This record gives sequence, C-alpha cells and structure tokens, in this order.
Amino acid sequence: MNLTIFLLALFDGISYAALIFIVALGLTLIFGVMRILNVAHGSLYAIGAYATASLTAWFLALGFAPILAFPLMIVSAVLVGVLLGGPIEWLLLRRIYNKPEVLQLLVTFAVFMILEDVQRLVWGTQPYFQASALQALGNVTVFGVTYTVYQLILLPVVALVLLLGLRIFLRHTIIGKLILATTEDREAAQSIGIDADKVFLFTFIVGAILAGLGGALASPTTSILPGMGANMIVLSFAVIATAGLGQIEGAAVAALMIGLGRSYAVYLWPEVAVLVPYLIMVLVLLMRPEGLFGSPGTRKI
Amino acid sequence: MKRFLATTALCAMLPLSAFAQDKPFELQVGMTTFLTGPASVFGVPAREGMEILVRKLNEDGGINGVPVRVTYIDEGAGAEALTSEFRRVAAEAEVMMASISSGNCQTLAPLAEDLQVPNLMWDCGTQRIFEEADYDYVFRTQANATAEMMATVLYLLETKPDFQTIAVVNQDYAWGRDSWDIFSNALRVLKPDVEIVGEFFPAFGAPDYSAEISRLQALSPDVILSTSWGGDLDTFVQQAFQRGLMNNTTFVLPLAESSLERLGSSLPAGHIVGARGDHYFLHPEQRDDEDFQAFITEFRETTGSIPIYSVFHAAQALEAMKSAYEKAIDENDVEWPTEEQLLAAFEELEFQAFGRPITLREDNQGVEAQLLGTSVQAGEYPFATLEDIRIYDGAQLLPPVGENSLDWIKGLDASYLENIESDSFEN
Amino acid sequence: MSLRETWTEMSASPGLSPRTILTALAVLALVAVPLLAPQLQLLINLALAKGLAVLGVTVILRAGQVSFGHALFFGISAYAGAFLVTAMPGADLVLVLLAGALGAALSGVLVGLFVVRYRGIFFGMLNLAFSMIFWSILEKFYHYTGGADGIRLTRPSVLGQQLGRSEFELVLFYLALALVVGCGWFTLRWLASPAGQLFQTLKTNETRLEYLGLSPRRVLLSGYVLSAVLCGLGGSLMGMTQGVVTPEYVWWVRSAEMVFIAVLGGAGSVRGAFIGALIYEMVRIYASAFAADIWQLLLGVFLLIIILFAPGGIMGIFDRLIGRHRDGGTRA
Repeated sequence: MNLTIFLLALFDGISYAALIFIVALGLTLIFGVMRILNVAHGSLYAIGAYATASLTAWFLALGFAPILAFPLMIVSAVLVGVLLGGPIEWLLLRRIYNKPEVLQLLVTFAVFMILEDVQRLVWGTQPYFQASALQALGNVTVFGVTYTVYQLILLPVVALVLLLGLRIFLRHTIIGKLILATTEDREAAQSIGIDADKVFLFTFIVGAILAGLGGALASPTTSILPGMGANMIVLSFAVIATAGLGQIEGAAVAALMIGLGRSYAVYLWPEVAVLVPYLIMVLVLLMRPEGLFGSPGTRKI
Repeated sequence: MKRFLATTALCAMLPLSAFAQDKPFELQVGMTTFLTGPASVFGVPAREGMEILVRKLNEDGGINGVPVRVTYIDEGAGAEALTSEFRRVAAEAEVMMASISSGNCQTLAPLAEDLQVPNLMWDCGTQRIFEEADYDYVFRTQANATAEMMATVLYLLETKPDFQTIAVVNQDYAWGRDSWDIFSNALRVLKPDVEIVGEFFPAFGAPDYSAEISRLQALSPDVILSTSWGGDLDTFVQQAFQRGLMNNTTFVLPLAESSLERLGSSLPAGHIVGARGDHYFLHPEQRDDEDFQAFITEFRETTGSIPIYSVFHAAQALEAMKSAYEKAIDENDVEWPTEEQLLAAFEELEFQAFGRPITLREDNQGVEAQLLGTSVQAGEYPFATLEDIRIYDGAQLLPPVGENSLDWIKGLDASYLENIESDSFEN
Repeated sequence: MSLRETWTEMSASPGLSPRTILTALAVLALVAVPLLAPQLQLLINLALAKGLAVLGVTVILRAGQVSFGHALFFGISAYAGAFLVTAMPGADLVLVLLAGALGAALSGVLVGLFVVRYRGIFFGMLNLAFSMIFWSILEKFYHYTGGADGIRLTRPSVLGQQLGRSEFELVLFYLALALVVGCGWFTLRWLASPAGQLFQTLKTNETRLEYLGLSPRRVLLSGYVLSAVLCGLGGSLMGMTQGVVTPEYVWWVRSAEMVFIAVLGGAGSVRGAFIGALIYEMVRIYASAFAADIWQLLLGVFLLIIILFAPGGIMGIFDRLIGRHRDGGTRA
C-alpha cells in the first residue's frame, strides 16, 4: 500500500466516521444522562433523512436556491426532536424510569417498530434521493481522485463543531451543568431544586435532534429507503459500546476507528469490510468491558 | 425420468378426472410480492400493475366468464410469515404466483410442488431452480439470470468491443454473486483478453460506497458492471456520478431500467441499461400498439410513475395464466379445466404480454427476449431514456434443456457470437 | 428490580394445583391440533419452535440478565443442521437435532466464557456483538453459507424413513410438542434445583454467591449453556419446518423479538415463554395477512400496552385471574 492509497482511504474513513459519530453522539448523550439505550434512535435518524429530502424537494419546486437545503436540514432535525423525541420521552419513557432495564429497552424497541411502519405509511417504499445540498458545494480532486466537498470537508467539520459545542455546552453553561448534576446523582439534584423531569425531557429532545441531524446530513449522499434506520442503529450501538456508554469524546475516537477500519478493509480485504465494526467492538469489550473510555461502574450489591 | 413417471401417473388418473369441472364462482390467485422492505421498489409497482390488469380483465368478462381475484402476500414479512401465508392462500387458490426474491422462489417452488398447486415464478431470476430439479407444478413466465447476463455480455461486446479492463460492484447476496459468476465466465470465453481489475461485493443495503468509488477512481477501469437494483443501485450511481466516475468509465447496469425515473439527470448519456427481459415503457416494437399505450397511460395516471420491468413481469404471469386456461378450455372443450388439463396446457405454452411473445420450454423455463440500450438524456423526459436499443431473441441465450448454465457457458467459444441474432433500433 | 415474578413455578405445590391442571389441558389441546384444526398446525409448530428459543432467553432473565444476541444460538443450530443435511443428504432427523444442539452447546460455552464476566447492559451488548459478527459472516461467506438467501435444509429422514411433506410435518409437530413439554419440565426442575437456585441468586444478590465460596461466572455459565441449547433446539426445529435457513435467523431484530416474547408471556415464566410465543405468532401472522402494511406497527402498540399496563405479561394477567397473585412478591 503506497502513501496515496493510504491517504485516499484516510479521507473516506474520516467522512464516514463523521456521519456515524453524529448519530452515535445523540445515542450516547441520552444513555449518559438517562441510562436508556434508545433503539428508536435509528428510526429518528431515518425520519430526519426523509424529512430533509421532502422539505428540500418542496422548496426547490417553489423555486428556491439549492443552498437552502442546509437550513432545511436543521429545521428537519429540530422537527424530529420536538415533534417525535418530545412526545416519546413525555408520554412513554417517563413512565418507565423505575422499571427494569429490559422493559426500558423494549419500550424503545416498540417505538422503533411503530416508527418503521409510520415511515412507510408517510413516505412509501420508493427510495428518495435529494442531493442538491451536495451538488451545491461541488467537488475537489486529490491525487487524481474526485471527492465531494460535502463529504470530504463539510461532514468532518460539522462533526467537530458538534463535539466541541456539546462539550462547551455541558461544561460551561447553566443548563449543561444542570444536566451533568442530574446525571451524577438524580436524587441529590432534585433535592437542590433541579427539575429532573425537565432535564430528561430536554436531553432526550437534544439526542433526538442529533439523530435527525445525522439523517439530514446523510440524506444527500445516499438513497433514503425503508430499513435504513435498522442498519444505522446497530452501527451506532457498536460505536458507543466501543467508546464506553455515555462517553462523548470516546464516541468520536470509536467512530474514527470503525470508519477507518472499514475504509482500509475496502482496499486490503474488501470481503471483511462489513465485519469490521463488530470485530472492533468485540475486541475492545473483551479487553475493556466498560469500553475504551468508560470507567468501571460500581457493581450493584 | 421423473417427468415421465409423473406423466404416466397423470394418464392413469385421466379416466377419473375426465368429468367436467364446474365453473368456479371466481378464480382465486395468490401472488407473493414485496410490500415492505427494500425490494418493495419492485413489489409495490407490480401489485399496482396487477390490479389494473385484473380489473380490466374482469371488465372484459374474466376468463371464460370467471372473474379473477388476486390475494397478495408480503414477501418482506419474513420467511415464517411468508410460508405460512403461502400455504393458507394456496389452500383456497387455484394458481399461485411466487415470487420476486430468488431465495423465496427456492423455498416456495418445492413447497408448491408438495402442495400440488400450480405456481408461476413471475419475477425471480435464479437459474438454479429448473437446473437442479424437475417440477410438474412450477413454471417460469420470464427468462432467468443466464439469459439476462448473456444478453448483457453480448450488448457490451457489440457496442464497446475495445475495452480492456472491467470491475464489478454487486450486492452481496445470491443474485449479485450468481450474476457475476455468469457474466465473468461468459466474458472469459467470449473475450479472453479482458482483465478483471476489481471485485467488490458491498453489503446489501449499504448506504455508502465512498471507499469503493475512491478505489475505482484509482483503478480507472474501462467498464464497471453493477447488477444492483433499487435503492442500492440509485445510491451507487448517484455517488459515482457526483464524483465524476461516470465520465471516463462505461457503466453496465443490467437492472437500471427500473431506476431510470428515480435517477433523473444523475444517469448521464452513454451507459448500458438493461431491463431483465424486453421491458421498456417505450418498447420500439410495442409503443404504437393501442393496448400497450393504454396500459402505460393508465399506469402512469394511477401511480405517477412509468411501469418498470416487475410490472411487465406481473403482466406476463397473468397473461400466461389466462392463456393456459383458455388453451385448456379450448383443447378439452370444457367449461372449466381440471388441474391436470391446466398443467398440460402450461406445457409449451405461448403467450404475449407487453413485449415479444414468450414460450415455455420443456423444462418449464420461459424463453423471453432481452432488450438493452444505451442511456441518453434526450430532454423529452426528466430522466434518461434509451438509444441504440437491441433486442435479442431469447432461445439463443439459454443453455439447452437439461444443461447447467455455467457448464454450457464454459463450453462456448467465439463462434457463438457469429450466430447471435438481434434487432437494432435507434431509440 | 420490580420485575414481577411472584408466582415462580418452583414454589408451586406439587399437587394438582389449578396451574398444573391448566397446563395439562393446554398440552392436550395442542396434541389435538393436527386432528381438529390442521390449518393451525404449521403456525403452532413455528410458535413452539420459537417458544423453545424464548425459553432460553427466559432462563437468562431469571439471572437478571438480558441478552440481545440469543438469536446467535438459534441460527448456529439451524445452520449446523443445514450443513449436515447438505453434506449427508437424507441424514436422520435425530442427527440433525443433535448436531444443532451440539453446535449451540459448543458455541454457548465459547461465547459464554467471555460474556459471563459482564452484567446488565454490557452483557446485552456483547451478546449482540457476537450475534452480529456471526450474521456478517453468514452474509459475507456466500460460497459456504449461501449469503443472504441462506441454504436449504432439505427434509431429513425420520428413523431411516423418507417421509412426504405432510407426514414429516406431523412428526415435526409432535416432536416440537414433546421437546416443549420435556424442556419445559426440565427447566422448571433445574430452576428449582440447588444449581438453579444458585443461578437465580445472581439476580437478587450476587455477592452472597461469592461469600458462599462459589464463582458467579461459573454459575452463570451453566445457565447460559442451558439457554443456548434451548435456543438451539428452537432453531433446529424452525429450520426443519421452514426447509431453509437464512442469516435473518441471527439478525438483531430476531433477538429483540425473543426478549419481547419473553416479556409478553411474563418475564421469567417458563409457561409464559410458550404462551407468549403462541400469542405473538398469531398476532403476527394475522396482522401480516390482514393488515400487511402495518403489522409491525400493530405489534409495537401491542408491546407498549403490555409493558405499560400489564408488566407481569400474560402470565401476570392470568395469575390475577385465578387469584394466585401474592403481594410482596416483588423483589428489590
């Protein structure tokens, strides 16, 4: 493998990692704060993609410029977070925080099943493709290979901004500190007057917005079709389990490992490319059960 | 031998079944199709086409006065639900039509044989079924992967004779692997100097081909083959188009007819498009036909899309069933045929839907013409249409009855090309 | 933990309690299915096969653990059977079943050795990872596994005799029923045995095990292998009933479905596993037949209703009906 190929695979790996990181970020945030592994996260991702494609197509048909696709991505993501994430937490999850883990997981699994069919009822079964955002940014050529600016530059930049932004938000704003306090000790937080219900609702909506944003950002690069959420959810599970559940920076490293692993596999041994995320996850968990960056939790006695 | 025994058994039963069958109140048909899952890009339009055609058939008096009613079974609901449903419906239905997925055909064909219900394999491509076993109750009303891939190789060799290198990007499942086996073997005997520079089998439903496309750009082959379909094909072509891979490389896309409308302007001119048969909404030999035009218009008005090959395959299955019933009624001079009479009518049946006439061979395999063309953005539609269309007669694309496809292909040589017949059309 | 399992079978009195009588009646009703309701035979056969796998998940639930990858053993066993029949056409039914159980047991030991070190969500995720690796292998190594289309499991012979489809299905139905009764009985006995009691201590108080000088990992491993074999038997039966095995047997949604059924029946209940499987399969088949576009949605709503309004599952409702509900049975 020469240097050129090494770099080419690096670019592909980074852009792929950026996308799965954005989705995994919402999942790990929700788990970190609420201790709930949200299986429906994949559906929110898919709906974010569908919503973006539909809104963009609609506005383009009205004669707006393709560049409008970018604000529409944010609009779609917020819509997903507020219209779906909010009610899911408020109507369902709130009722099961004191129930066993397995029931919490199954509630989100049930939501996943429902949303999979809702998607099909709303958007049908034909694949959607809406690439105007990607075309608006054009291409760059590196070592004779053409990349889209969208994938090579925009996606990694967005991922980096989200990573830093979330970190600053959690550590340096009042709401962020309230969230961290609730995460640390819910009862103590409530005793000093923090409304834990509101914190949970807010966190879940933010997590859902990130899922929707992941879908929105993926939408110009791929066909949007039924089943895309089910694939994404296992991949982002692999990312956050490798990183350590609830680890935000760790998720970035794990996403990079999985993204790069996959793109190098395409050059070296294409047949194992699909295996890479799960192999990395198992190897890491076998050596460090709490994930790369997780701290060993205290065992319940 | 098995067939012979079965025929003897049938003859022995004839005196029993010679009594006239009463006309049923309606002809019940079960059809498996994808209503959910990625392959619903074929299944849902096929169901819509079927509904239009059945409505029309019933308005015209059905089959000898008997109306047809089709029950649809979802292939996407998983294997257990599919087989249970197939059996439930087959208990009532006189004819079954299964299925789209080759995997499901391999499950349901033996099941239909055991349940002794006539089954028309209406869309699945695998050539294995009739090459691995004999069937009395199962018929295929279209071609198979062998004919489809042979026609693709021929079109490629005729229109782009000088290419030196080829790479493949197929979906990682039976169709992707089998079609490449057939294609690559045929290429090796018919144009031995071609070098295969890359073989990629990304996962079924993969959302991203960036790494594959980068690698393909570095390899820059003359030709890239992809037998992918549905969302996977759309994603691959779009990503390849966006990154300029389609400028210097000819894409060979044997299933792209079903993606033309969705791909819109992302499928530039000069790439080879196939249709798993002679299926095209502007079929050069059929487009002036009134029935053809009426169907295309009604389908477009009902669904908002052009009919794709799976719709035409559904039409063929319905037409084959109708022709078999009418042939059986006619030959036996009865009001309604018995099952034996119906099965006998399917043997060597000839029928025609919205393409050239199709015949069923001795091994129950359909002989169907194949149409390929080159994409062009002519401006008449907001998506690519075809030019330099060639239609290949189906019989020359299949191995002789009883012969295995791969063995037959490996035994071919360049002289095979000399006897190939095709008709060319400008668009 | 407030998982309600107030009515654990092990404490049921050995006499003719209403539960024992009802169980016997239910088995009798199942025996009569091929005679009285042949159109239901296949569906019930599939449900019983699935119920065996759910029983495996149920065993693990008794130790307070949830596996999101038990479809692994379901699939390994089914594929073991399919490979066997491919290599030895006409192999015997008993051999197929044994090969499946053996494959499941071996892989259960291997995977178990790793996963018994973990608890809670990590246990669930690691199981998921193993099953997804196996799934990718099945999809990827097409030339051996048939890829996404899977491989055919042609009808095995039965004690040396080659049967037609309907006779074979009858044999399979009664075999499934016999396995359900046998495995159900064995699992109840095992859970009531000292080994089983220790196993369930993992849920209530793992440290106590250590004070007893026992290795919690070894205790968990024993139950894990049992659960793998149960899943394996279910997978073998399913494969033989379907005549084809596909990677979908191992896909994560199937693992989740098993947990779903276990909770539906009444998490931790042996009988509930089968009742849950029967009801689930009925709802699923009829939903996909009569509401083909929204069967998943209906199942999801059904699941939500059960969790939110009847967390004890069907067995919980049932117990309340026959008045065996005891207060204070919830464990912390």
